[in-house]
Amino acid sequence: MKATSEEVIALSGATATIVAVLIAAVGVVLALFGHDDVIRLHGLLFLIAAGAAGYYVLSHPREGGPDEQAHYMDGPIKVATVAAVFWGLVGFLVGDIIAWQLAFPALNFDLPWTNFGRLRPVHTSAVIFAFGGNVLLATSLYVVQRTCRARVAGYWAPWFVIWGYQLFIVLAASSYVLGSTEGKEYAEPEWYIDLWLTIVWVVYLLTFLGTIWKRREPHIYVANWFFLAFIVTIAMLHIVNNLAVPVSFLGSKSYSLFSGVQDAMTQWWYGHNAVGFFLTAGFLGIMYYFIPKRVDRPVYSYRLSIVHFWSLIFLYIWAGPHHLHYTALPDWAQTLGMTFSIMLWMPSWGGMINGLMTLSGAWDRLRTDPVVRLLVVSVAFYGMSTFEGPLMSIKSVNSLSHYTDWTIGHVHSGALGWVGMVSFGAIYCLVPWLWKRRGLYSLRLVEWHFWTATVGIVLYISSMWVSGITQGLMWRAYDNLGFLKYSFVETVEAMHWPYVIRATGGLMFLLGAVFMAINVWRTIRGDTSSDIAEQPASAAAPELRHDLAAVPAE
Amino acid sequence: MKHDFFEKNSMVLLIGILIVVSIGGLVEIAPLFLLSSTIEKVQGMRPYSPLELAGRDIYVREGCYNCHSQMIRSLRDEVERYGHYSLAAESMYDHPFQWGSKRTGPDLARVGGKYSDNWHVDHMHDPRSVVPESVMPGYPFLKDRKLDYADIAARMRALRIAGVPYSDDMIEKAQADVVAQVAPDNPDAKALVERYPKAQVRKFDGVAGNEPSELDALIAYLQMLGTLVDFAKFDAAGPNLR
Repeated sequence: MKATSEEVIALSGATATIVAVLIAAVGVVLALFGHDDVIRLHGLLFLIAAGAAGYYVLSHPREGGPDEQAHYMDGPIKVATVAAVFWGLVGFLVGDIIAWQLAFPALNFDLPWTNFGRLRPVHTSAVIFAFGGNVLLATSLYVVQRTCRARVAGYWAPWFVIWGYQLFIVLAASSYVLGSTEGKEYAEPEWYIDLWLTIVWVVYLLTFLGTIWKRREPHIYVANWFFLAFIVTIAMLHIVNNLAVPVSFLGSKSYSLFSGVQDAMTQWWYGHNAVGFFLTAGFLGIMYYFIPKRVDRPVYSYRLSIVHFWSLIFLYIWAGPHHLHYTALPDWAQTLGMTFSIMLWMPSWGGMINGLMTLSGAWDRLRTDPVVRLLVVSVAFYGMSTFEGPLMSIKSVNSLSHYTDWTIGHVHSGALGWVGMVSFGAIYCLVPWLWKRRGLYSLRLVEWHFWTATVGIVLYISSMWVSGITQGLMWRAYDNLGFLKYSFVETVEAMHWPYVIRATGGLMFLLGAVFMAINVWRTIRGDTSSDIAEQPASAAAPELRHDLAAVPAE
Repeated sequence: MKHDFFEKNSMVLLIGILIVVSIGGLVEIAPLFLLSSTIEKVQGMRPYSPLELAGRDIYVREGCYNCHSQMIRSLRDEVERYGHYSLAAESMYDHPFQWGSKRTGPDLARVGGKYSDNWHVDHMHDPRSVVPESVMPGYPFLKDRKLDYADIAARMRALRIAGVPYSDDMIEKAQADVVAQVAPDNPDAKALVERYPKAQVRKFDGVAGNEPSELDALIAYLQMLGTLVDFAKFDAAGPNLR
């Protein structure tokens, strides 16, 4: 391996220092001259973060040498893995708190910072962007290095991506609690936070792409197609949907560039593809690496992966208008959205089949390895959600389901069942691999996690089916004189017990994540595993798999 | 064609992805800006008055859209429950739109005039004092907070850049108009109503004096929702082919 030249080392150190100084300067300006409390606080956060980063860069000069490029760079991945566990706990906790608020409204405490309207975006952003995002950062940077057999591109850049992303999360969450929001679901952060995320994301894209350019394998592995599609498309969606006019360049408030029907269409083009590309394409990348690796079997069908990749990314982008059926969106757009949503069923199930059938010849692992079970059940939930989704996109079904808890249940069968479970599976694989352990601290604790989470999800989605369909039917019920049978608030009253059951299910899901946090923490600490004999060879870090005759290309 | 071409050339793969994911959005979004039939021709729509705008900003700030829609679908039960189905024209000055996606509470697209100001004051203070089964959070702090409208003209200028037809006159008088809308005896109130037809001028929060509170602004906004379009003159079968 050729050593990095002196010039490159000097250049990377200088660039990192200059970037830190620039960010600190922006922070100072915002902190001193900002027009409102939120932007002044955020200026201070920029300043602190840049100060800490600059100090680290200067006190830890890059050494270079022949050794540097000989190893994969796992430091940023470790940070993202731990961050994923942490933000997962935060996101699930806030979600469960707001679930209890809906059952017992006194829990809002009638304070601005604790009411449902401000906390719900904290929950959605924490689980999607903070938990899901860190899982994607960790897995994509791990997978791209191994499948390209190349160290990640850049030296400071991966660190910038990981810590810059954590800063984005803190900025976004604090702004919601303080009442600063753009008012568009899943795109709530204000204009300057959006700009910050854009910068971090472009560096992420370059880091990922740069690693592919350095690859020592002729082919780009299928998982990387999905990661690349996820990174590029999220950049496009984020930039277009967040176009806004700031009231002042020193104030936090801005107004969306688009209005009314165009804004609605743009928002759900963004919103549905946050599901399609952030929560689906990215996590399919995880499926394509971690399931084959964990069960030591090749991906079921190469041809199917090509077909479902291109058809999935082509069809998904059209599906947005199904969030706007029977609204003031023109009918032609609604019909297009419905048609493509139904077609989307096929590539989704193509992906599901490819994931499940990868277990061919290794189905026994479902019984013996709860990590495999997490991964496989996640794919099963993926199949279920991607069947339910097209069903709900049919206009006549949607007329019942829209605006009700059925949608909430649907989202959570995908989010808890698919995204959550596949993430847990990936984290359980990653932690021993990254920290060079023979296996997890406790496979039995994974078993406990699996069952509490699964029962929690079942409680969650079945209670939401009941409440959603009940409410939808009550809204449209007529008495025999032809009057509407129920007032709105009677339908609210009927939601009480489903809400209690849902919040209980959420609590179980949270409890499962606590088990995971304990397990991850003790594995990292290097505590002796109680059930190491039961763990498969693939649970061990690649360096420790002496018992395997041949290790496939990492 | 062999897929190798994509698998071995990262930039080809990248550009291929970009092309494939761009098509759907272009076909579905671009025409909405170009087709004149997207937004119906109606009479009565106008930009928000400064006080209503300040109220709307509070509505967005508190995340009301997380539980309340502002979009009545063209379904029989919704039209009977909430009123005429929502038109695209009714949200054409809404940056951002607030159609919502969930009705934990009822639709608010036409809540204007449905309840008295007093009801709103009580409801915001403690929702269960007027609707015992409600699960809405209380917002008692709104009444005690003075409305911050120092930058209201700047906000209107930003909206004008985004396409809302605020005139120079409207922006120049914005500060005064906020106060005028809560003071019926104020001589400026008449000019305000000329600038913003159908604007309701009164002290909304029931507190004496002419210092607008956040609650004044929010109720002013809620009380005008859905009241602007003149449906007597709206022809659904007219030149609104959609």
